[in-house]
Amino acid sequence: MEKRVAVCAISQIKNDGDYWDMRFQNMLLPCLESILEQTGVTFDLDKGIRDIVTCSDDVFDARTISNNGVTDVVGAHFRGEEKMAQEGINGLGYAMASILSGHDDVVLFMGHCKESQTESRLMNTNLAFDPFYSRPLGLDFLNANAFQAREYMKKSGITDDHLAKIVVRSRKNAKKNPFARENKSVTEKEVKKSAMISDPIRELHQWPVTDWAFGMLLCCEERAKEFTNNPVWLTGFGNCMDSYFLGDKDLTSNFALKKAVEKAYAMGGIKDPKKDFGVVELKDSFAYQLPMWAEGVGIADEGKGGKWIDDGGPDEQHVNLSGGMLNGNPIILGGVARAIECVLQLRGEAGKRQVKGARCALAHGTYGAAGQHHAVLILEK
Amino acid sequence: MAHRKKNRNVGIIGIGQTKYSSHREDVNQPEMIHEAVRAALDDAGLSLEDIDCVVHGNMELFEMVNQPDLWHVIGTGAYGKSEFRVTTGGTVGATIACVSDNLVASGMYDIVMAIGFEKLQEGHTTGGITNMADPLWFRNLQTGALTGSTAYNVIREFGEERAKRASLMYRIIMDKHAGLNSYAHRSFGLEFEQIDDLIKNSPKLVGDLKLIEMCSQSDGACAVIFACEKKAKESLKKPVWIRDHITVHREETFTIFGYDEKYPITHTHSLAAKRLYERNNITKPLEYFDVFEMYDPASWWGLDWLRDFFLLEGDEHLKLVENKEIMIGGKMPINPSGGVIGSNPIGATALVRVAEAALQVRGDAGKHQIPTPVNHALASGFGGTMWTVLLMLEKDLNW
Repeated sequence: MEKRVAVCAISQIKNDGDYWDMRFQNMLLPCLESILEQTGVTFDLDKGIRDIVTCSDDVFDARTISNNGVTDVVGAHFRGEEKMAQEGINGLGYAMASILSGHDDVVLFMGHCKESQTESRLMNTNLAFDPFYSRPLGLDFLNANAFQAREYMKKSGITDDHLAKIVVRSRKNAKKNPFARENKSVTEKEVKKSAMISDPIRELHQWPVTDWAFGMLLCCEERAKEFTNNPVWLTGFGNCMDSYFLGDKDLTSNFALKKAVEKAYAMGGIKDPKKDFGVVELKDSFAYQLPMWAEGVGIADEGKGGKWIDDGGPDEQHVNLSGGMLNGNPIILGGVARAIECVLQLRGEAGKRQVKGARCALAHGTYGAAGQHHAVLILEK
Repeated sequence: MAHRKKNRNVGIIGIGQTKYSSHREDVNQPEMIHEAVRAALDDAGLSLEDIDCVVHGNMELFEMVNQPDLWHVIGTGAYGKSEFRVTTGGTVGATIACVSDNLVASGMYDIVMAIGFEKLQEGHTTGGITNMADPLWFRNLQTGALTGSTAYNVIREFGEERAKRASLMYRIIMDKHAGLNSYAHRSFGLEFEQIDDLIKNSPKLVGDLKLIEMCSQSDGACAVIFACEKKAKESLKKPVWIRDHITVHREETFTIFGYDEKYPITHTHSLAAKRLYERNNITKPLEYFDVFEMYDPASWWGLDWLRDFFLLEGDEHLKLVENKEIMIGGKMPINPSGGVIGSNPIGATALVRVAEAALQVRGDAGKHQIPTPVNHALASGFGGTMWTVLLMLEKDLNW
């Protein structure tokens, strides 16, 4: 791929447990205004934003055509707009394609999710299962992932101690991230004492309910300088779907993630994931997923997730310095949050958590039970 | 820089549809989808291994399944492949065609399959649509496509008798077209002699929108395979090329506080058409296109929107209908398939427009094939609050 796509600007509001005083439209508006201010981009039909990609979820918004509620605050009045009804990181893959195809030169990408607004995340994710066999069993993303967690812990030597360590580290890192959800610091002992909600997943092993919104301006290589002096380039993307029934797959094989990685690495020219990335952001909705996805993207050895934690792999390879998904992002936006953190790092704007000299980063997102769908994005300075 | 050159050409090489019906109790959602997928693969002479990426779309809350592509992988064949799910409401079928075009043109994927589906029998369509509006302000006013406002406007402009007869004329032409399409959900065998009777006796839904003029709710799926120029030229069937596409949305609500002449409600359609034709140097769309597959949720809209999409003036659009120029064999055949009033599996509906337009270009539409050559086709999607998508299809790579 000879052409690259530029991220010209990003904006976000702070992750919060409950924006009770704001509707999702209110959450998006400052993100839009910030993008306009940073870049000077307009909605001119020839030179400005003509097409917009959004990300939201009908079930979490409890609204059919959830993007219909945000048309005005994303500037889509009399413009094109297409909604990623999927983990938001796929929207970046699609926006990339829209620009590389030549159809668009400037794309605005915006998304929102208010997990606090919904009655129960478990009820919503139960709706992701078929109504005949799996849904009546009460399957949701928590208990389905618990099966995977148990299997993976056995395979890679992960213990309750490792999981506690991962949670404590996430909370500690998040303290250095001004956009992170404000959570109380915890000790390993507290994590190990937290309630068992779906064995082996404890309450503190799962991401907390979070509200968030973001904006991004993407642009073709030729025009990037019109909007920024400090572009970050999207150079590789891959995603992949695994099978649906839990019994149909090896829960610890990382099948879909490895396929997504293969595609993204080939496109982005990544040879050695252990050395090529200055920053890695993985969507660890549950603590066990940090080492598991690390194995999947090839920064930890297969079946050695426990040892990777013991050896300080996450710090050494700058994994989830933002606090990660585990500290709190909305379920459908965890992957975009990872990408935005990578952009900040590559631009040198990550403040206290800045990695010196990072030139290449990996952002990852996943959705579905036990990681059914994975997406991987490569970003470069 | 306004509109850049397409990175590479994209052609439609496979088309698959299920029979559209009010009830498909014999299959579940993935099984129904698989019927269309299998048909599209057979049409293209491909197997699932040839597909690089699957794009999935429907209306999520209509069947109350969260991100149904996860479950549907059993039928879509996306296992082990790249997969996107993009939705935009009723327009979604057209959107996933645009998305597939972009994905292939980008060079990231060589062969992409778009799948639109809906199994409305398993949900509550009107409940789902009402849920689209803001819960605090507009939910009690939002009825989606079920609106009498266009009937009111057309009657006001052209007089009651002419307007009502034109709408019924359009409706009966669609019924006749649907009768020729073996996939169509509904064809009642209506005759033009019934116009006066239907105007009098068809139950009114909202204002002057009558039951007979409204689209159905259907079960069904449609799959369309898109390929890059190199792969398309190697394919079994002659590819149908995607020249360009455009999407125009508008704000959250229909114009609920009355209709201002300065801001006509259908502005999106004419804006989309104007911009699309301008950048493709088409000055006389009515002469340029050989067929138009329009997303016409009701005959009043079908009638009225002809003016917007072809940039017509005065009563030209009414005359097209009154003189039966929109029938197969006429000057500008509209919806030889029978259109949306004939079959409406919502998430698939707009993709069916693209599929049917492509079949016409290929000359493979069977009994509802237009007798004259089809070199240029137009397809539209409708959804949201008067959102529109337009795609241009071409027989030859010569623009």
